Amino acid sequence: MNATQNKRVAQRSMGRILLEFLGSMNLAITLLVALSIASVIGTVLQQNQAYTGYLSEFGPFWFEVFEHLGLYDIYGTAWFWAILAFLLVSTSVCVYRNAPGMLRDMRQYRLNVQEKSLRNFHNVREWRFEGSADDTLKQIQPILKLEGYKARLKDHGDHLVLAAKKGAFNRMGYLLTHVSIVVICIGAALDANIGLKFQLATGQKVIETRDIMATEVPDQSFLDTDNSAFRGSVYISEGGTSRIAFIGVKEGYLVQRLPFLIELKEFRTEHYPSGQPKSFESDLVIHDPEREEPLETTIAVNHPLVYKGYAIYQADFRDGGSELDLRAWGLFDGGSSEVEGKVNQSYNLSTPLGDYVLEVEDFRLFNIDQAPEGHPSGKERLNYGPSFSYKLRDAQGQANEYNTFMQPMIFDGRNFFLTGVRTEVGGPMRFLHFPADDKLSLDRFMNFREAMTDEARVRRIVTTQMMNMARSVGVDEETQAKAANSIITAVQRFVRGGYDAVSEGLSADDPELEQRVQAMLNVLVAVFRAIYVDVLEQEGIDTSQGISDAQIQFFDDSLNAMSAIHRYGSPVFLQLQDFKHIEASGLQIARAPWTNLVYLGCLMLIIGVFFMFYIHHKRVWVWMSEQDGQTRVLFAGSGDRDLPAFKADFDALAGRMEKLLKPIK
Amino acid sequence: MSMTEDSMRELMERPPFYKTLTLRDWLWAVVVVAASIFAHVKYASLMDAYEVGILYMSAVTLVVIGWRWRAIQVLSLVVGALSIGAILLYGNDLQRSESNFFLKYLISSQSAIMWMSALYVLATATYFIGLLRGSEFINKVASAMVWSGTAMGFIGLMVRWRESYLIHFDVGHIPVSNLYEVFILFAVLTSLIYLHYERRYKTRSLGGFVMLVISASVAFLLWYTFSREAHVIEPLVPALKSYWMKIHVPANFIGYGAFALAAMVGVAYLFLERARRKNPDGFFASRMPELAMLDDVMYKSIALGFAFFTIATVLGAMWAAEAWGGYWSWDPKETWALIVWLNYAAWLHLRLTKGWRGVPLAWWAIVGLFVTLFAFLGVNMFLSGLHSYGEL
Ligand code: HEM
Repeated sequence: MNATQNKRVAQRSMGRILLEFLGSMNLAITLLVALSIASVIGTVLQQNQAYTGYLSEFGPFWFEVFEHLGLYDIYGTAWFWAILAFLLVSTSVCVYRNAPGMLRDMRQYRLNVQEKSLRNFHNVREWRFEGSADDTLKQIQPILKLEGYKARLKDHGDHLVLAAKKGAFNRMGYLLTHVSIVVICIGAALDANIGLKFQLATGQKVIETRDIMATEVPDQSFLDTDNSAFRGSVYISEGGTSRIAFIGVKEGYLVQRLPFLIELKEFRTEHYPSGQPKSFESDLVIHDPEREEPLETTIAVNHPLVYKGYAIYQADFRDGGSELDLRAWGLFDGGSSEVEGKVNQSYNLSTPLGDYVLEVEDFRLFNIDQAPEGHPSGKERLNYGPSFSYKLRDAQGQANEYNTFMQPMIFDGRNFFLTGVRTEVGGPMRFLHFPADDKLSLDRFMNFREAMTDEARVRRIVTTQMMNMARSVGVDEETQAKAANSIITAVQRFVRGGYDAVSEGLSADDPELEQRVQAMLNVLVAVFRAIYVDVLEQEGIDTSQGISDAQIQFFDDSLNAMSAIHRYGSPVFLQLQDFKHIEASGLQIARAPWTNLVYLGCLMLIIGVFFMFYIHHKRVWVWMSEQDGQTRVLFAGSGDRDLPAFKADFDALAGRMEKLLKPIK
Repeated sequence: MSMTEDSMRELMERPPFYKTLTLRDWLWAVVVVAASIFAHVKYASLMDAYEVGILYMSAVTLVVIGWRWRAIQVLSLVVGALSIGAILLYGNDLQRSESNFFLKYLISSQSAIMWMSALYVLATATYFIGLLRGSEFINKVASAMVWSGTAMGFIGLMVRWRESYLIHFDVGHIPVSNLYEVFILFAVLTSLIYLHYERRYKTRSLGGFVMLVISASVAFLLWYTFSREAHVIEPLVPALKSYWMKIHVPANFIGYGAFALAAMVGVAYLFLERARRKNPDGFFASRMPELAMLDDVMYKSIALGFAFFTIATVLGAMWAAEAWGGYWSWDPKETWALIVWLNYAAWLHLRLTKGWRGVPLAWWAIVGLFVTLFAFLGVNMFLSGLHSYGEL
């Protein structure tokens, strides 16, 4: 052997070793397990969330470690794809190495078996029959044929071998399953757009992370219509259009251009009688320069549109800029004004307490929720009607979140308008209950509130009351005026800070504080009541005979609400008067040209698995030699997989032969 | 050789399959096909082409299974007759479940499911008593209980199907749409698979072990019913309104059921293996069948489960392609289906190519059950994803 030959041998054996390693069962099982573990991590750790969330969850050290490992986007990491690629290679090598043998095995009959090896089979019988080997053969062959065996005969001179087999498709099963894994992986990899990953890695394409308008996104974050595989999404408002979709990548996105324009005419939600959503549908119009007429169609959940290989799915919905007619009621200065608001827009709002920015965030047409215990409707779930939510941001940039319902709701048999406030992110929403009047409007409450904030009016009422009192008790005017002033101050305190604030003016180290507060409250309630009566009279209600229980109830409810208003954190209450509901449909747009290849792989996989499990590969041999007019027969068989079942089959077969051929004892 | 032509033919000829069918078998086929045609004609307006396809495929499958396993004919007829009875008793009034005696105590879906639960739990105990006493009679009683429980479970599902339509036409749907319903499905399918092996291997000694896991699912079901009111029929969310659900979910539960059964046989295997080593003359070691047979049942069951789980996962992918815009999204439920599948693929490789048998594979099958359980329940409980049903 010379040096080059040596080298070639070494190389060949290196190749062989590599091939053997790649195609080895141990590697395959290791890969299966590794893939499982990676997948477990991917599901336990929520993928593709905001990085700040991970940071606060794991702390700076582990955050960074995990980030380096790519644990926030496992299914996008190189190492995960490497495992898949290894599996692909391993399976391919396995098929490459086993396929030829299996194909041969499917075809071959193994006519050259030795008598000795047959004797070593688990299933073996030996008989002697009268007559020639040909006679025996004539009777055995049909039995095997009837059982579905295919047989071949070979004359070895001193003996005959009849080799038969059935269920060779079991081998096909192995080939189909394992080739199918390769096919599925390739199809899926093509649909996962490896090319784009490469472009991202080399910086040809750049992920956009800013929250900006699509028109401002630089070109390097755009993908053209020649991109063969992607999955993106886009929201289109009713009446709006789009010719792009956004592809979420890691912590940012790319913008995909579409070869057509999608117009959303209408988005519809249907509901069951109980109120739960029943269907989401979008009426779309596809404007394609290559078409004469635009294509009009309706998509729904589970019913996508497939157009030119682009599949358009109904995936989500949200508000698309509903127009709201609002009335801003001043809570500390009375009066009201009309405000128009659109969802997703901001407005400047100036109030006596300073300037605010109103950010209208959402509008909901339905609020379906558990009905309170013992609700008069007797229903379990109720639709509480439309609501809208917004933020109110003060000059310092601090914002509270509000959520206000349009229609009053019934509590304890009385109607209230609800408005909620959340003063800290993630905190609970606390609700104010404004009582609704007989006409189910806010007017009376707001009139009452306005009267409370109107100093002149309060003074007039208090003074009148004082005079009535003074006449009976006989107090001089100066004391009267002093008392009136302190009551008016107390009313103003109440308006600003509720009951808690009333006691503020009293000196804290007064030993009789409690009594004084109580006395003050008694006086105050009498004043409030006088103001209330004044408001009722202004409404044109005759109160000369006293006021009804319902009106008293309304009074109590009003004071409860007013006492809490200072915690509402807003100088205005925004009442929703009317709206135009405009929705946006969330579409998912995907192009996966290799889907059918993947499905083909799946079909192969299923057929293959059934072949492997339910077609049993069986072989039997009849070895015969003639001696003195008798035939000596060795009958042996082997079946893979299902040994007990094969033994039963074999015994039945042998039994049938014995019965037919009557061996010599 | 002296043999008449006739006797020779008799010995040699195995008649083709159709000739082994009796009059009863043909009647069975006629009944099933007629019932399907009736269902098709009557409910044509509710079904799309795929659903008609599913209906007839199911009919053919049922006919063939009935031919191969005659007890299924009886089961189907009992389930059919009692379900139709319940539907007739209901008429158009859901309230009759309170006023009618038979509905209230026997065959309204809720009652039928309670009967199923009771029968399964009783069967578990009875099998163990049978094993303890070595009494074949007691074992047969236990089998009868499993059959009756299964019938009741199927009746419960069928009647529930009708009840959902009685609530409101729009609410009606096949009862495989939430955790409560699929737990019933799990219990009846696992029982049927068990009964199949009981017949095939001619042993009732595994009954107690297998029924144990079914009893556990019954316990969960009862807890779920009483503490969460889970039995209340809710309308389908839009994401589930698809014919895919009708095949994807049952295929999945054949898989889950078979895996659960394999794990319980694994448990029996480990006990038996230990008993044979430590105390070969004890009642347990002497009354249980061969270890090799348990090993074989375990393999058969995992193979069955693997085949159906493969189908279910593929169907799931196809459904996802239609509903979410991609056949694979690494959604936690999907991913766990893959994990379960890879796990059993590894199991099958070890057994078939490395020749592993017995104890390690029994342990692995038991671990496999926990992996499966997580895919089935844990994902819904602990992970969030696109799969919209079955939140606990
Ligand atoms: C995701 C990857 C794979 C899956 C899902 C898979 C699945 C299966 C299944 C279900 C069986 C059936 C058991 C039976 O014969 O009844 C099997 C058998 C087998 N697999 Fe794999 N396999 C995979 C990868 C591999 C790899 C990489 C190899 C190469 C080492 C391999 C080698 C084999 C062999 C040699 C058999 C036995 C075939 C026979 O004797 O019939 N498999 N596989």
